[in-house]
Amino acid sequence: MKLKSAIAASTALTLVVSGAAFAESHGNMADSMVLVSWGGAYQTSQQKAYVEPYLAANEGVTATWDESSNEAVAKLRAMNEAGNVTWDLVDVVASDAIRLCDEGLAMEYDPDELLLDAPDGTKASEDFGDLIVSDCYIPQIVYSTTFGYRTDMVGDTPPTTVCDVFDTETYPGKRSLEKRPINNMEWALICDGVADEDVYDVLETEEGQARAFAKLDTIKDDVIWWSAGADTPQLLADGEVVMGSTYNGRLFSLIEEQDQPVAMLWDAQVFDLDGWIIPAGLPEDRLARVIDFVKFATDTQRLADQAKYISYGPARKSSAPLVGQHAELGIDMAPHMPTDPANAKHTFLYNYEWWADYRDDLDGKFQAWLAQ
Amino acid sequence: MNDVTLTHPGQKPIWFAAGVVGLAGAFAGLFVGAANGNGLAGLLIGAVAMAVIAAVAVLLGRKLELPLRLAIAAAAVVLGYLLGGIPGLIIGAAFGAFFGWFIYWIGWGRYRAKLVPYLTPAQVFWHYGFRVLCGCIFFFLVAPIVVVMPLSFNAEDFFTFTPEMLALDPAGYSLKHYRDFFTNSDWQQALMNSVKIAPLATLLSVTFGTLAAIGLSSEHVPFRRAMMAVLISPMIVPLIISAAGMYFFYSRIGLQGTYFGVVLAHAALGIPFVIITVTATLVGFDRSLTRAAANMGADPVRTFFKVQMPLILPGVISGALFAFITSFDEVVVVLFVGSAGQKTLPWQMFIGLREQISPTILAVATILVALSIALLTTLELLRRRSERLRGMSPG
Repeated sequence: MKLKSAIAASTALTLVVSGAAFAESHGNMADSMVLVSWGGAYQTSQQKAYVEPYLAANEGVTATWDESSNEAVAKLRAMNEAGNVTWDLVDVVASDAIRLCDEGLAMEYDPDELLLDAPDGTKASEDFGDLIVSDCYIPQIVYSTTFGYRTDMVGDTPPTTVCDVFDTETYPGKRSLEKRPINNMEWALICDGVADEDVYDVLETEEGQARAFAKLDTIKDDVIWWSAGADTPQLLADGEVVMGSTYNGRLFSLIEEQDQPVAMLWDAQVFDLDGWIIPAGLPEDRLARVIDFVKFATDTQRLADQAKYISYGPARKSSAPLVGQHAELGIDMAPHMPTDPANAKHTFLYNYEWWADYRDDLDGKFQAWLAQ
Repeated sequence: MNDVTLTHPGQKPIWFAAGVVGLAGAFAGLFVGAANGNGLAGLLIGAVAMAVIAAVAVLLGRKLELPLRLAIAAAAVVLGYLLGGIPGLIIGAAFGAFFGWFIYWIGWGRYRAKLVPYLTPAQVFWHYGFRVLCGCIFFFLVAPIVVVMPLSFNAEDFFTFTPEMLALDPAGYSLKHYRDFFTNSDWQQALMNSVKIAPLATLLSVTFGTLAAIGLSSEHVPFRRAMMAVLISPMIVPLIISAAGMYFFYSRIGLQGTYFGVVLAHAALGIPFVIITVTATLVGFDRSLTRAAANMGADPVRTFFKVQMPLILPGVISGALFAFITSFDEVVVVLFVGSAGQKTLPWQMFIGLREQISPTILAVATILVALSIALLTTLELLRRRSERLRGMSPG
C-alpha cells in the first residue's frame, strides 16, 4: 500500500515537473530509451521509419528494443509492483492500452499538447480522430487480422468469403486459427447467419456463446491453433494448412517478399490498432526524452514512412496521401493496405470495450472448449 | 569383431520367417504410407508384401540368396524412386538392402550364430529387443537435433524442407542464415552478452562451488546434509519459481536489469553442478595428503593450490563446463532478471521463435550444438584422464 501511494505521488509529481521541463524544451533528457515492441518485420518498420532517423538527428542517444509487447500488461504490472519500471515506451494493441490505462500503469496525455499537428494545421486530436481509444493511447497504425489461402490448394474456385473457412467440403484440409476466442467467435457467428451489427449482442448471451462454439465445433478437427503471428505464414509456406488467419502485414510479407503461392482473403477482416503507451511514473529526464521521441515518431511524415516497410495503414488521416512505394520492392503500397477500398468491402468492427469486459470469462470458456 | 559361430543356424519354419519379416514390413510400411498420406494402407501393404517375399525366399532355399537379395534391393530402389524421387531412391536402397539381409537372417536362424546355444527363445528375443529399444531411444533423443541441422542451410526463410532441398539441388541450400547471424546486430549483441555473462558466472560458480564442496566434505562441519540440500536447491526448485523470486528480490536491491544481476543469478544456477562434481571427485581424494603437506609446514592455502587442487581439477573443470552451459543456454531466469540490454542468445532465439520463425535460429542452434558437443567431448576426455590418474595413484 505504502509503495503504491508513493508511486502514485511520484507520478503526479513527475507529470507536473516534466510538463515544466518540457516547456523549456531540450533541457534535461536521458540519453537512452528502452522501446518495447513485437519483434519481426513490424519492429523493423519502426526501426527504419522513425528510430533510426531520430537517433541520427540526436547524436549520443541510444535506443534498446525489448520484444515483450506480447506480455506487456503482465510485465508492467510486475515492474510496477517491484517498483522498477525499466521501459520507456511500450507498443501495445488497443485493448491492452485500455487495460493498462484503467489500472493506472500507463500515463494519460493530451494529444494536442504532446503530438504535433498535421502539416495543414489540423489538430492532432482531430487527425487521429476516433483512433485515440483511450486517454493513454498514442496510435501508430491500423492493421487487420484476416485470412490467407494457398492458391494451389483451392482448385479453380478460390474462397471469397470468410465462411469458406467453415466449409470443409469445398475446401478440405487444415486451417489455422488463433488460439483465443477473439475474432474466432465473431467469425463463427457471422457464418452462422448473425448480422455483423448483432454479433456482440448475441455473444453476450449464453446461447449465443454456445452457438459460436457449436459453429467452431464443425471445423475443430481441421484446425491448427496458432499463438504467434509467424505461425500461419510458416504453416501456409509448408502447405500444412489450406488457409489461415494472421495479421495482414505477415501475409503481405509472405506473398510479396517471400513469393509464396498464397493470396489474401480480405472478407470480414477485423481492424485493430497498434500504438504507444508511456508507462506511468517515469523519472523526469526519461519522460522528457520519450516525449521528444514520440512527438517525432508520430508526425505525419514518419507514420507515412512506416508504410514503406510494412502494409499497415498509418493512424493519421493526413498520412494516407503520403503513403508511397515499398522501400525494397518498389511496388505501390496503397493496394496492400487493409484500409484500401477494394480490400475493405466487408470489414468487421472489433469492439474493444466489449472484449475488455468479457475477455477473462470467454478466455476460460474457450480453453475449456479446446480441451474437450 | 569375432567370427566364432557359437550356435549353428538352421532353417526356420516359413510361418516364423513370414511373420517376423511381415511385422518389420508393417513397421516400415507405416512410415512410407504416412509419408504418402495413408499410414494404414502402407502398414497393410508393407506387412503383406514382406511376408510373401520372406515366404518365397525361404521356399526357394539358400542357393538363390544373392540374386534374390539383389532383386529385392532393385525393386525397393525403383519403388522408392517412384514414390519420392532421388531421396526416395536412397531410402529405398537402404530399405531393400536391409530387408534382403533381414529375410535370410531370420529365415535361416542366423541371429543365433553369435549367441550361446542354451538360450531360450525369450532370452534371444530380449537380447535383440533390448538393442532395438536402446536404438529407438537414442534415435528419439537425437533425431530432433539432427533434423534442425540441414534445415539451417535452407535457402528459404521457412522451417521447410523445400523440394529443391529434398532433391539435393545445391540451389536449395544456402549459408544466408549463418551470414545473417554473423552480420545482424541483434544477434551479434546477443552473442556478445552471452559471451560476457557466461564466463563470469562460471568463474563465480566454480569459486563458490569448489569452496562449498571442500567445506561440506570435511567431517567436522555440522548440518552438512541440510546445507548441501540448500545449496543444490536451485537445481531442484522449478526454474520459473527461482526466476520470479529473483526478479522481485533483485528489483528491490537494484540488481534487476543489470549485468551483475544476471551474472549473479546464473552463478547461483551453476553452483549446484560444481558442488556435485567436485564432491564426487573429493570422495577419491586422500586426506592424508593434506595432513602430510601441513606436516611439512605448508599453510592451508598453499596446500589447497599445490596438493588438493591439481588432484580434483578434473571435477572442477567438468563442474565449470556444466555451469558454463547452464548460463549459456538459460532463458527463463534471464527473461526475468535481465532487461533488454542483457539479451542473451537463448533470449534472442526465444523472441525469434515467437515473433518471426526464421531459420537463423536453426543456424544458431547448430552452432550451439556444435559448441556443446565440443565441450562435452572435453569433459569426457577429462574424465578418462582422471580415471587413468586414479588408476595409477597408490591406494
